[in-house]
Amino acid sequence: MLEVRELSTSYGAVRALQEVTFTAPRGEVTAVLGANGAGKTTLLRTITGLVRAQSGSASYDGRELTRTAPELMPGLGIAHVPEGRGVITELTVEENLRLGGLGRGGRVRPEELERIYELFPALADRRAALAHVLSGGERQMLVLGRALMAEPTVLLLDEPSLGLAPRIVAQLFELLQSLVVEQGLTVLLVEQNARSALSIAHRGVVLSLGRVVVDERADVLAGDDQLRHAYLGF
Amino acid sequence: MQQLVNTLLGGLTLGMVYAAFALALVLIWRSTRIVNFAQAPMAMVTTFVALRIIEGGHSYWLGFAAALVAGLVLGAVVERVLIRPVEGKAEINAVILTLGLFIVLHALAAVVFGNRYRSFPAAFGIRGIEVGDTTIALTGFGIFTIVAVLVVMGLLVLLFRFTDLGLRMRAAAFNQEVARLLGVRVGRMLTLGWALASLVGSLAGLLIAGGSLVHPGYMDAVVVYGFVAAVLGGLDSPAGAVVGGLLLGLSLSLVSGYVGSQLVALAALAILMAVLLLRPQGLFSQARERRV
Amino acid sequence: MRRLLGQPLVLALLGAVVIIVVLTGVDDFRAVQLTQMAYLGIAAGGLTVLTGLNGQISLGHGALMAIGAYTTALLLQDDEPTLPLLAVLVVATVVTLVVGAAIGVAAARLHGPYLAGATLALAVAVPGIALYFGDTLGGEQGLRVRVPDPPGWLLDAAYFVTGQDLTPSTYVAFLGWFVLVVTYVGLAHLSRGRVGRRWRAVRDDEVAAEVAGIALGRARVSAFVVSAAAAGAAGFVMAVSVRLAAPSGYSLTLSLMLLTAVVLGGLGTLSGALVGAALLTFLPQVITDAGVSAGLDDIRAAELAPLVYGLVLVAVVLLAPAGLVGSLRLAWHRLRATTTSKGAT
Ligand SMILES: Nc1ncnc2c1ncn2[C@@H]1O[C@H](COP(=O)(O)OP(=O)(O)OP(=O)(O)O)[C@@H](O)[C@H]1O
Ligand SMILES: [Mg+2]
Repeated sequence: MLEVRELSTSYGAVRALQEVTFTAPRGEVTAVLGANGAGKTTLLRTITGLVRAQSGSASYDGRELTRTAPELMPGLGIAHVPEGRGVITELTVEENLRLGGLGRGGRVRPEELERIYELFPALADRRAALAHVLSGGERQMLVLGRALMAEPTVLLLDEPSLGLAPRIVAQLFELLQSLVVEQGLTVLLVEQNARSALSIAHRGVVLSLGRVVVDERADVLAGDDQLRHAYLGF
Repeated sequence: MQQLVNTLLGGLTLGMVYAAFALALVLIWRSTRIVNFAQAPMAMVTTFVALRIIEGGHSYWLGFAAALVAGLVLGAVVERVLIRPVEGKAEINAVILTLGLFIVLHALAAVVFGNRYRSFPAAFGIRGIEVGDTTIALTGFGIFTIVAVLVVMGLLVLLFRFTDLGLRMRAAAFNQEVARLLGVRVGRMLTLGWALASLVGSLAGLLIAGGSLVHPGYMDAVVVYGFVAAVLGGLDSPAGAVVGGLLLGLSLSLVSGYVGSQLVALAALAILMAVLLLRPQGLFSQARERRV
Repeated sequence: MRRLLGQPLVLALLGAVVIIVVLTGVDDFRAVQLTQMAYLGIAAGGLTVLTGLNGQISLGHGALMAIGAYTTALLLQDDEPTLPLLAVLVVATVVTLVVGAAIGVAAARLHGPYLAGATLALAVAVPGIALYFGDTLGGEQGLRVRVPDPPGWLLDAAYFVTGQDLTPSTYVAFLGWFVLVVTYVGLAHLSRGRVGRRWRAVRDDEVAAEVAGIALGRARVSAFVVSAAAAGAAGFVMAVSVRLAAPSGYSLTLSLMLLTAVVLGGLGTLSGALVGAALLTFLPQVITDAGVSAGLDDIRAAELAPLVYGLVLVAVVLLAPAGLVGSLRLAWHRLRATTTSKGAT
């Protein structure tokens, strides 16, 4: 269980997170929604320690995360896929994947790579290509595959649907859902695309100006016209 | 004809050294976006370490090895103590910092080792090899120079291409934040990168010193040539640095042989400006436009 | 009163009085030192405009000084001068300015480390030219500079004002400080005016400057040209003072010294550049003496001064990015702010 307690942080005078509190239960998808600039990216970055938390905490199974160095996250089973995808374009597809596997410590076995290639056959054909040449959808598969290489238990995804065609988004979310079911992953899914996100999420947390304004079951949130209009715009 | 062959052979040997030096600059640039102008005096200091050991009656190879180790350590210390605080800050900070270090090492060497010219031994003959009844300008030490640089480059390729450590180092160089999230200890990788670069720089220093004279400023022009070679190759590409080094070595050798050795630095400046203004991304890179 | 004191011209007049008083009282040795301070100060002032106001770095200003110095030397070869000294100054400045314009056009397209590397190459390359054209430029030995005697009216005037005869060294010192004052007044005017605003705008934010209609290239080139002209004038003073233009005087070391002066002075103020020049002129003797009394031989002790500069350069970047003068000024402002706020309550 990922627990965020009264987490606050700011960039100079901008208070990006103000006492954010919610929990993401194990084996569930929790969607984090909100307008541009609501603080969603900041939330993920503060959890993994890329941004310093001013007060409050985020913990996973009792282990405090915000004061742990980001380098240690893979070792704790936490994979953070940053906004804008974060493929390392100067490395090949396979090198990106191997890098993901190294994060857990120890060597990368060929079977582990094959498992990812089975999941994303498009990557298998391009394994020796520089990630630079991949399309947006392929890059998204690559970063997801790379995150899975570390065999995480928690997946923090920052706008995975950004810039993808609706069909690809649907495939991606389907895959995500099956991973959650099969591997019991805990997912924190930051999305602009609220409708798609809520379709696979168990809970929805809506941020506005750095505060949690809604924390509801996903189906309730998606079904409540008033909430939807007020915060999600669909 | 013979003169041309000899000039080109001399250029090849020199080019290998410039290539090594350029490679050192590229390794650092790639990971920290800093041009280490202090690379030259760092190499100079380690060469003096070797000279001390050799003059103390020990073997050339002990001095050689000690200089390389000294280079490794010096690179790591410089990164940790001096460079870390300015990483990611305005470019001018790092430029001034490395120049400050340049001055410090220069003066320190002059205080500790003295300011005169001293001869540095070579491991192999420095007379030209005789083919039939003509002597060509390839010396035993020249061959050693070429082989040594090739070996070091080969080892670096092995490290970067085929080991997990090399993969981590490249990841840290290309994208620090993503690398951190994937569990790479970026700080350690940068330190290691500086250490390796400094080792390669030390090798270049030893090879230039071999069979010739050293003093605190003997590497100063080489940092310019190394920089030009690195820019020729695009500053980001190790392979480009090597090709750039060879090209520059040959060109400068031709200038020195046919125009005048005094104009070598000017020729390097002209080549640098031509590249920066006409093909800023370097001769060999297909990469997108680069801001220089 | 404070407004009045802030005017460059008024400051210059005050400065001139101070200079006359100081230079009148000193012996030849000090006069030579003060001349050195003047030429370092002139070049550092130019460099400060370039680096501090426009954000371009140059490691090649020593080479630009060489161009001014060699021009001066070529014009002052004969026993009977063909041109009056001030005309030589003008020619040396203009020649360096033209060369600087050519370099500036190329440099305007470079930034940060690339510009540093290119100007470093310039610093290393230029002395070689003097060696290559040894017949005209004197090779390793360099060219002797024959400084014409001061004109009679000046001797009379000097005697009238100071009550002493003008020695050749004091004459050159006056000349150097005259050039310094003129240069600084010019630089101050430029940097306070429209041109200076453009330079700063380009330094602070290229995109914003471009949006505001400032031609980036032109602003950069003009900064380089102005700064090169100052270096040329400094080269003139140096040649006249040393009475020699030789490659060894214009090595990379000189370029790095100038950069040191500018950084010590806090990148961007003329007063800082002058303080930096003073430190570079007067500190070495103190440090060397300390070294000798600590048991080092003379040659090694002489290297202690650059060691200290280098360390200070490193320390300034790490600890006081505003430079020595800048940091002192900040501290002074803070002090004043607290005392005035106390006074108000
Ligand atoms: N590095 C930074 N420095 C200063 N302010 C920042 C920084 N990063 C984010 N902010 C500010 O913090 C607030 C939250 O930003 P954040 O990126 O977390 O929003 P977001 O919800 O992810 O938005 P989007 O949907 O556009 O990605 C915004 O007001 C933003 O301008
Ligand atoms: Mg975001």
